[in-house]
Amino acid sequence: MSQRFFIPRDTTAVAVGANEVANTLAAVLSEQVSEATIVRNGSRGAFWLEPLMEIETQGERVGFGPLFPEDVADIVALSPADRTEHPKYLGKLEEHPWFAGQQRLTFARSGLDDPLCLDAYLSRHGFDGLEHALHLPPEDIVDEVTRSGLRGRGGAAFPAGIKWNTVLQAAGDKKYIACNADEGDSGTFADRLLMESDPYMLIEGMTIAGLAVGAQQGYIYLRSEYPHAWEVMHTAIAKAEAAGYLGEGICDSDRQFHLELRLGAGSYICGEETAMLESLEGRRGVVRAKPPLPAIEGLFGKPTVVNNVLTLAAIPTIMAGGAEAYAALGQGRSLGTITLQLAGNIKNGGLVEVPYGATLRAILDQFGGGTRSGRPIRAIQVGGPLGAYLPEPLWDTPLDYEAFAAAGGMLGHGGVVVFDDTVDMAQQARFAMAFCAEESCGKCTPCRVGSVRGTEVMDRIIARESLDENMALLDDLCETMELGSLCAMGGLTPNPVRSALQYFPEDFA
Amino acid sequence: MLQYYEPEKDYGTPPVQSSEMVSANIDGVSIEVPAGTSIMRAAALVGIKVPKLCATDSIDAFGSCRICLVEIEGRRGYPASCTTPVEEGMQVQTQTPKLAKIRNGVMELYISDHPLDCLTCPTNGDCELQDTAGEVGLREVRYGFEGENHLAAEKDESNPYFTFDPSKCIVCSRCVRACEETQGTFALTIEGRGFDSKVSAGGVDFLNSECVSCGACVDACPTATLTENSIIEHGKPEHTVLTTCAYCGVGCGFRAELKGEQVVRMTPWKEGKANEGHACVKGRFAFGYATHPDRITSPMIRDSIDEPWRKVSWDQAVNFAAQRFRKIQQEYGRNSIGAISSSRCTNEEVYLIQKLVRAGFGNNNVDTCARVCHSPTGFGLKTTLGESAGTQTFASVAKTDVAIVMGANPTEAHPVFASRLKRRLREGAKLIVIDPRKIELVSSPHIRADYHLPVNPGANVALLNALAHVIVTENLHDAEFIDQRCESEAFSEWQAFIADDSQSPESLEQATGVDPQTLREAARLYASAPNGAIYYGLGVTEHSQGSTAVMGIANLAMLTGNLGREGVGVNPMRGQNNVQGSCDMGSFPHELPGYRHLSDAATRALFEAEWQVDLDPEPGMRIPNMFDAAVDGQFRGLYCQGEDVAQSDPNTHHIEAALGALDCLVVQDIFLNETAKFAHVFLPGASFLEKDGTFINAERRISSVRKVMSPLSGKADWEATMAFANALGCDMNYQHPSEIMDEIAKLTPTFHGVSYSLLDELGSIQWPCNELAPEGTPTMHVDEFVRGKGYFAVTEFVPTEERANKRFPLLLTTGRILSQYNVGAQTRRTENSTWHEEDLLEIHSHDAQERGINEGDWVGIQSRVGTTVLHAHISDRVKPGVIYTTFHHPVSGANVVTTDNSDWATNCPEYKVTAVQVSKVNEPSAWQARQQKFDRRQHQLLKQATEDA
Repeated sequence: MSQRFFIPRDTTAVAVGANEVANTLAAVLSEQVSEATIVRNGSRGAFWLEPLMEIETQGERVGFGPLFPEDVADIVALSPADRTEHPKYLGKLEEHPWFAGQQRLTFARSGLDDPLCLDAYLSRHGFDGLEHALHLPPEDIVDEVTRSGLRGRGGAAFPAGIKWNTVLQAAGDKKYIACNADEGDSGTFADRLLMESDPYMLIEGMTIAGLAVGAQQGYIYLRSEYPHAWEVMHTAIAKAEAAGYLGEGICDSDRQFHLELRLGAGSYICGEETAMLESLEGRRGVVRAKPPLPAIEGLFGKPTVVNNVLTLAAIPTIMAGGAEAYAALGQGRSLGTITLQLAGNIKNGGLVEVPYGATLRAILDQFGGGTRSGRPIRAIQVGGPLGAYLPEPLWDTPLDYEAFAAAGGMLGHGGVVVFDDTVDMAQQARFAMAFCAEESCGKCTPCRVGSVRGTEVMDRIIARESLDENMALLDDLCETMELGSLCAMGGLTPNPVRSALQYFPEDFA
Repeated sequence: MLQYYEPEKDYGTPPVQSSEMVSANIDGVSIEVPAGTSIMRAAALVGIKVPKLCATDSIDAFGSCRICLVEIEGRRGYPASCTTPVEEGMQVQTQTPKLAKIRNGVMELYISDHPLDCLTCPTNGDCELQDTAGEVGLREVRYGFEGENHLAAEKDESNPYFTFDPSKCIVCSRCVRACEETQGTFALTIEGRGFDSKVSAGGVDFLNSECVSCGACVDACPTATLTENSIIEHGKPEHTVLTTCAYCGVGCGFRAELKGEQVVRMTPWKEGKANEGHACVKGRFAFGYATHPDRITSPMIRDSIDEPWRKVSWDQAVNFAAQRFRKIQQEYGRNSIGAISSSRCTNEEVYLIQKLVRAGFGNNNVDTCARVCHSPTGFGLKTTLGESAGTQTFASVAKTDVAIVMGANPTEAHPVFASRLKRRLREGAKLIVIDPRKIELVSSPHIRADYHLPVNPGANVALLNALAHVIVTENLHDAEFIDQRCESEAFSEWQAFIADDSQSPESLEQATGVDPQTLREAARLYASAPNGAIYYGLGVTEHSQGSTAVMGIANLAMLTGNLGREGVGVNPMRGQNNVQGSCDMGSFPHELPGYRHLSDAATRALFEAEWQVDLDPEPGMRIPNMFDAAVDGQFRGLYCQGEDVAQSDPNTHHIEAALGALDCLVVQDIFLNETAKFAHVFLPGASFLEKDGTFINAERRISSVRKVMSPLSGKADWEATMAFANALGCDMNYQHPSEIMDEIAKLTPTFHGVSYSLLDELGSIQWPCNELAPEGTPTMHVDEFVRGKGYFAVTEFVPTEERANKRFPLLLTTGRILSQYNVGAQTRRTENSTWHEEDLLEIHSHDAQERGINEGDWVGIQSRVGTTVLHAHISDRVKPGVIYTTFHHPVSGANVVTTDNSDWATNCPEYKVTAVQVSKVNEPSAWQARQQKFDRRQHQLLKQATEDA
């Protein structure tokens, strides 16, 4: 009876001991007689269950987790019938409520197979979207994306179809696709998870983008803090090339698309699209003024599509399944699925992909499991370090771009960081300024100097020095930064600060 | 033209070219501007000043200070007016309560990290930060001053001319951007991130960095961070006089900024058409020589060169000289005296010299330094195109698609032009470098020559022929242009010659030393360019076939139709500030002003009528002839103005013998130079700061030189020449140089329309300026060539006699360096010597190794005429077999080694090819020892004169 054992090679899984579990498993299996293979798959994104081990026996696949190495031997020894008795038995993960409650389109394959196995990708609708796109004129691809309602998943939520159309129409002897894989927001990991679990999907999405706008060269700008993602993407690109899905003559057509992986160097601001382009050009990661828009004058001065990993990874689904099917999910102008990353002081941290529209509270109730500390949740920061801290009354806001904006919040890249009632919101406000000071590119004065002064003013507020004056000064400073900054780094830093002041005034009294 | 001190207007962002105009409304004022113009600039054009800090109109908008924000109807947010282009129908408000609040907030942040020492700061009253804080209405800095700041940052005073004080820096990046966009050196960057951001010259101090001290960053800096040391020392100037640089042939327009008669600083003039607000280390900073203690301010005489000098009055000096000159003529004949005019003095002054020689001496023994540099240009271009002049403006390079730079090193010798060229190259134009050396343009930050053809010294004509051969045989020439614009018979003859297999790159490979395939590709690149331009220098002219090579270049331009519009042309990089002018003024033995040959009776009659004398119709002696004749004893009196032949002319032994043989050498100069050590009469000259006049640059551009201080000697050079002329009985009675120019204009068709009032009005004028072109001529040969149809001259390659052989296996070529100017008389007397204290011999590691030579060793360079010794510098800038040095220091004796091989047509010396042997030695040469001794002796004799006062 041959069995397959799945243990993720994903960064987070490894961080909580997946390699040790795998090593123990290998040792245990080596003493066995029956055939067994270990597959290092991607993670399914339920990090609270990691290290997660799945066993597939005669087509049936069930999981156990979270495991310690000492759990392994016992589980392996169990007969399939006895497995259900094990305290860490999870059953078929698809049927587990945590997964069954999601609607995974972009992360459908995440955790199922060895991420680098091309056959596995192909067997699960891999490159269907590309095959379809190869038979369409560029305008039609762009049209499909526009009608799907797909908006940028990096945080700005700009309609992808409109951006692609601008690049398609732009004059230029060369065009580029630049994928923003800098994912710097605290509490986010979706891009990383996708690249480590389903790299070919990103490759497919970028290639389709190239076909749509007439670009033959793509770059993935990957943050340096993701070494495992580097390894996986690097190998995936090479394998895709060897198999004819990248390079000259894609899928035996006369089209071409070349993809290059580039590494960042520890700068949050290089997640800002123009600073990212500067970095790709070999310059200091400093923000460019707009206009001109990158879509017209981007990488090396050429028309460039800059999109987040998830935006590009959504494309194959749209091309294979059609715009209507994608747009049928969600609500208002927030269509398709949103990928939330539950993190912070949370019991069941991980990736949750659902259609737009559910409320924040509903999601946390259904998936979060409350705080890890067991104490009540006091504040939730959605959208990364530049997002507002939401108090309990606002948790019924639907996960919808416009609804969140109206409530003073920001969906951003979908990061959801939970804080319990021991949080000091004054310190969080200070952190917002300090984070800006740390990561500021330094080009514009409101951010370069303002963030430092903001930290100093917060320190005085925390020390309760001349409270009224410093609060007034902080207010003015927030206005200067919000209205005067060159980019969203300085421009949005006041968000978390103001939200802390507004919703948690007791921490400043 | 006296101008009271005020900063020139700054429109914030550079002008934009566009045929499309857009209309909008700013603060209720209607505007119409070319599409792409920024809101900031549009506002400035109608007198609305949007407060700003990081924007200045010499560099692209940056958008970092966030002061210039405006409100646009229908748009969210507060966009920066510098980075936002005007769009049709826009309604903009530049002053609203919200904008005022944001600006105040930003300013408050700036000042929270800035010293508050305005009253004692060097830029008090000339500081944009100060101005903007005032405009914004900042009253308090609520953050206090206990927080993080940069006030303790240390000054960098390494550069002799300016100080970098980072404690005052507002990180606007204007300096970095100026170094990138204006100068093109990329020496500066911002180091660090966020609040730690600071301006850095690449991690070292300014002096040790790649900075070339052009001063663009100092001009661009809105605070005291980068300030001239002279401003720190003297304070703010109180008035400005516009003038023109006296260094190189770019002829930058400058604002001399003064306190009384003291020049505090020279800043580049934005309206100067040659430079448009840029400059180089020499013109910008190295003006101190004018008031150096070495200046000789009193006329001096002596009977023999072994005697001490005696200080005398002007009258005494000119009478002494005049008497001696007349005596020489009585004894040895009318042709036994002559003059060499200066190509650094003004046109008016040069005109007077040639007038003095023709009307006063009664002969045509007058020549100028163009003899030793661009005389082949004169001959070559006159023959082929009909006029001895560059065909374009410098600005024309902005429209060039392919540039050829041949035998020139503009980043060193014409730096402001090089910056223009580099900007165009960064925009995508292509570059072909033809030079034995790997000059900076071959490979430097953001610049890479598409082709470097490292031609063997002496093989230029072969290479030019090979290029033309490719173009003709591959049918890449512009047949229509040739048919319409050139003489067909001459072309047919030339075509048959050039198409012959003997002129192919393959056949000529041995001679040129250039790979034939590469040469073919380069030829194709130039020929297929929409706009191809050729820029060439002394590496073309200072050869035995210099004139032939110039004709070869003109042939290439005609062949490809690259003449008569912007972006193309034949561009000789004239060296001296007024060498073009001194040629135009006819200080030639065979030509009257305006390049009219003496044999032209009608022209002679014109001058005879004006000057009231009969003119000798026989051409006179060229400079080399004068020296030969002096050694022979037939030429015995020389009036040498502003030219140091003893240092700059080839074959120093011969020159020294010639000068030593003269009965009366009159030297008019500002310092006791090498030539003056052989003189009997010293007439103290005046620097460009001490006189009015005009210079003509390589663009044929006549620009005004304006007096900013009284001549130290009491007379400007034209007054000195006048005094000498009157002493000789040749009456001259001009009250002001404008009268001299009026006379020039009267007698010279290409100058008919020129006058000082027109110059004041237009700023500068490119000749021809006459009824056909009342405001001058930017581009020449537009409809037809000056000679009518262009002439294709057959350019047979004749290898120079100066060839490497067993005894002298290496070829020496010479050139220049950025910080020193030619013989170094001026620049050695400024802080520029910081960068180049001695001339070095550059030798390839291969050749050095063979001879056991290491970096810094004394090496002897021996040719068939002489020997000198220099320190060696191992470099791969030269290819094996070629060595290179500069000639800025007298003691280097580079010209002791150069021969008097010269151009067949003009006698321009073949400085660029000397066969030599190099070997390791222990000490300087015998000549150098003698030179130093002679130098000391002559300085002693000078000292005795000053003590005798």
